[in-house]
Amino acid sequence: MTEKILDVKDLKLYYKTLKGYVKAIDGINFDIKRGEILGIAGESGCGKSTLGNGLILLKKPLNYISGQANLNGKNIMNLKNKEMNTLRFKDISIIPQFAMDAFSPTKKIKTFISDIVSQHNINPDEKFFDKVRERLDMVNLNHSVLNNYSIELSGGMKQRLVMVISTLLDPELLICDEVTSALDVSSQRFVANMIGDFRDKKIIGSAIFITHDLSILYQIADRIMVMYAGHIAEIADSDTIVKNPKHPYTKALISSLPKNDVQYKDEQLSGIDGTPPNLLNIGEGCRFRFRCKYATDICAKQTPVQEEISSGHTLACWNYKKAGSDKNV
Amino acid sequence: MSFIDKLKKNDNLYFALRNKKVIIGAVIFLALLITALIGPIIAPYDYEEFAGAPYANPSFQHLMGTSIFGRDVFSQVLYGLRSTFVVGFVGGTLGTVIGLIIGFFAGYRSGSMLDEILMMMTNILLVIPTIALLIILSAYLPYRGVITQSMIIGFTSWPWVARAVRSQTLSLRNKEFVNLSRISGASTFKIIKDDIAYNMFSYVFMVYILQFAGAILTSVSLDFIGLGPTKGISLGLIMQDAVNWNAIQLGMWWWAILPGVVLTVLVTSLYFINTGLDEVFNPTLREM
Amino acid sequence: MSETIMKIDHLQKDFSIGLMSKKKVHAVNDVSFDIKKGEIISLIGESGSGKTTIGKLILRLLRPSDGHIYYNDKDITTDYKNKRDYYKKVQGIFQDPFASFNPLFKIDRIFDMIFKNFIESDKNKKEKINDALKCVGMNPEFILRKYPHQLSGGQLQRLLIARALIMDVDVLVADELISMLDASTRIDVLNLLASICKEKGMAVLFVTHDLSLGYYISDTTLIMHRGNLVEKGKTSLIYNNPVHPYTQMLLKSIPDIGKRWDKNEKFLPEDINKKIDDFYKNSDIKKGFIEVEDDHKVLFSL
Repeated sequence: MTEKILDVKDLKLYYKTLKGYVKAIDGINFDIKRGEILGIAGESGCGKSTLGNGLILLKKPLNYISGQANLNGKNIMNLKNKEMNTLRFKDISIIPQFAMDAFSPTKKIKTFISDIVSQHNINPDEKFFDKVRERLDMVNLNHSVLNNYSIELSGGMKQRLVMVISTLLDPELLICDEVTSALDVSSQRFVANMIGDFRDKKIIGSAIFITHDLSILYQIADRIMVMYAGHIAEIADSDTIVKNPKHPYTKALISSLPKNDVQYKDEQLSGIDGTPPNLLNIGEGCRFRFRCKYATDICAKQTPVQEEISSGHTLACWNYKKAGSDKNV
Repeated sequence: MSFIDKLKKNDNLYFALRNKKVIIGAVIFLALLITALIGPIIAPYDYEEFAGAPYANPSFQHLMGTSIFGRDVFSQVLYGLRSTFVVGFVGGTLGTVIGLIIGFFAGYRSGSMLDEILMMMTNILLVIPTIALLIILSAYLPYRGVITQSMIIGFTSWPWVARAVRSQTLSLRNKEFVNLSRISGASTFKIIKDDIAYNMFSYVFMVYILQFAGAILTSVSLDFIGLGPTKGISLGLIMQDAVNWNAIQLGMWWWAILPGVVLTVLVTSLYFINTGLDEVFNPTLREM
Repeated sequence: MSETIMKIDHLQKDFSIGLMSKKKVHAVNDVSFDIKKGEIISLIGESGSGKTTIGKLILRLLRPSDGHIYYNDKDITTDYKNKRDYYKKVQGIFQDPFASFNPLFKIDRIFDMIFKNFIESDKNKKEKINDALKCVGMNPEFILRKYPHQLSGGQLQRLLIARALIMDVDVLVADELISMLDASTRIDVLNLLASICKEKGMAVLFVTHDLSLGYYISDTTLIMHRGNLVEKGKTSLIYNNPVHPYTQMLLKSIPDIGKRWDKNEKFLPEDINKKIDDFYKNSDIKKGFIEVEDDHKVLFSL
């Protein structure tokens, strides 16, 4: 369990625009251990999807600035595209956002799968499809879907197919970007559980599960990493994040979520005032300070460093002790 | 704020002015347009005037040589360019406007009887070979001027615009701001104008450029097969004359080729602008 | 509670595919419910359940195939004119705040339109707008004369609420109002909406797929499945004692923060259709839409 599959150190990925750099990922540190599901949560624009996609493919205008992302001890940020190609699918694989809309409408699912794997030098013979069928059984899909067109399948079925396809080569690390967001609640639970299932059956080594929905993460992730505006706010195991958060942002975020026993007429939840800052050419300092009630002078001057406050619980905040003693968040 | 900063705020304009294709195309187009506008002033001769010795090679006296009748080809091209532009403007505008109106209404009322009828008309016109229709129409008109020709072209070239605009309208109509305007009591006309047409501006602009080029090419084809204006001069008519009098076989390449080169340059400049603008309006094609 | 202001009566909407085709899809099938003054109703369903279609029918963006909608005892489905009077009192907010604003115009346009079309005089226009903006927690100086892309999704949705406030509407159809907003902002938008309901007696039809937010905000809950209204009643009754298998399944699949799903429970979305069929078959004694307890009705057969 202690072996690190991915070790990210002070990674910076910026978008280059006409007006300067948008600092989407700005110096983050985290790791993923073998057999672990790491959840990444945050609001839109916090950099969670940029991180997921950036680990797989640096596509312009996204630029690698500095830092490391070591996959099995090898920094993948410096790899040439060709070298990276050999890793993709086998070592690291992604289910991108909206992947289920990417099925070609004019191809049968079987043809579609054949086309994809041929691009990765795999012969789509019957032996290969036996494996596909085996996987289809695991996700409770009928073998006949192979002969269907994508429009004949529901969203949940398509998302399960996407899962099967992206894990066919048993990747060490699977990145799932908002895989449950576009699904109905009824399919959501099945698809989310599937990722844990695949991990338990050792089909995938570990997974990164990116979503804006903390309550889904709590269901399936071993650890949760909360991001805010390109920085990491807090990383801890999921129970700690939900029940005992220390970072002011995590606290406010958790308390703004609807609970199963709270109704407006009895008790009013509160959100967080304000909006995340614009990341274009943003300077030093804590990026949450504009919405944080514990902000002090130091927050504006220095970016908080990530520190480990107890085993496996990391956070970046100058004033978390003050925030921690305040029960009324 | 410097001028560059101001420009950067207007993304489309900034990228348009940075795009080489747009710049090259626009420069050529404007140069030709100005040449056409001041054509009669700079033309050394009238287009029907006997200017000098026939069969003359291009020289300083006759920049594009002379025809078999001793007419100055350069002057003819200058005058011909004018009618070519007129056809482009009138034919292109007419085709675009008709297509837009039909496309907007069919798209906005899609699924209704109006849509079905309009689209049926469009599809019928689309499958009739336009050139055959033009030949018939042109042949029945005893007198054909440049404007008449432009109008005939305009009235037959709108169907694909209508279809394209309809599908764009259809996707815009389902946008929520259209619904908001509807429940705000805005009239259909206002919704089409403010919510649909304005948002399709870049698209319509490109459609117009293509229609402009298309009208020019169609008019040249008509001229070339002898259905051009019965009076006046155009690039197509010069070329038709040249071909009728076996200019190539007689070695008078300047008479047949040079007007064609001018025409090609004009149409190419329009396509340059069009592909360039495509890159400007579509952020994924932009070069950083 | 109090007086009913809108009555949805056996509403039906079929979509035929193509003008000539006979094939039909029942988007909304025989749906009836009442909207009372100042009440928040959440209309919950998955994609394709017909919940958005009901919203559009009420907003008269679509015409019903059958059935009636009564507003203040007046049948609006037969009255094709007078849309303007209707829109003065019944308004909507849509899902995507960014798509709700024409990107080419300043946001003031939404206010200009209602003043031009609904409010006779421009007198006190500025004051009215400023008051409404303050009420939704926004500073008019910073907000007005901006373009939509300069504002955040939460701010845009607040603007639309402010718009409804100025008009002082009776019924507001909020279609997935907060689904595009971030967790930290959506609860504030919901709170705002609820407080306005209380103060002004505005009724809200809160169309959503999010059961936990529906529970938080609403007095009454309606559950839709494939065009049918399968369960309706007081929110606490439905959430604590769901009868229809579909409702039960939905409630089981909510990810609840602080409580994990039972991993041993096999949870297959495909099973639900069979369960519903069995439920309809086995409920021989009870037919149709029947009251199981006070203020709680369930669909026992189609």
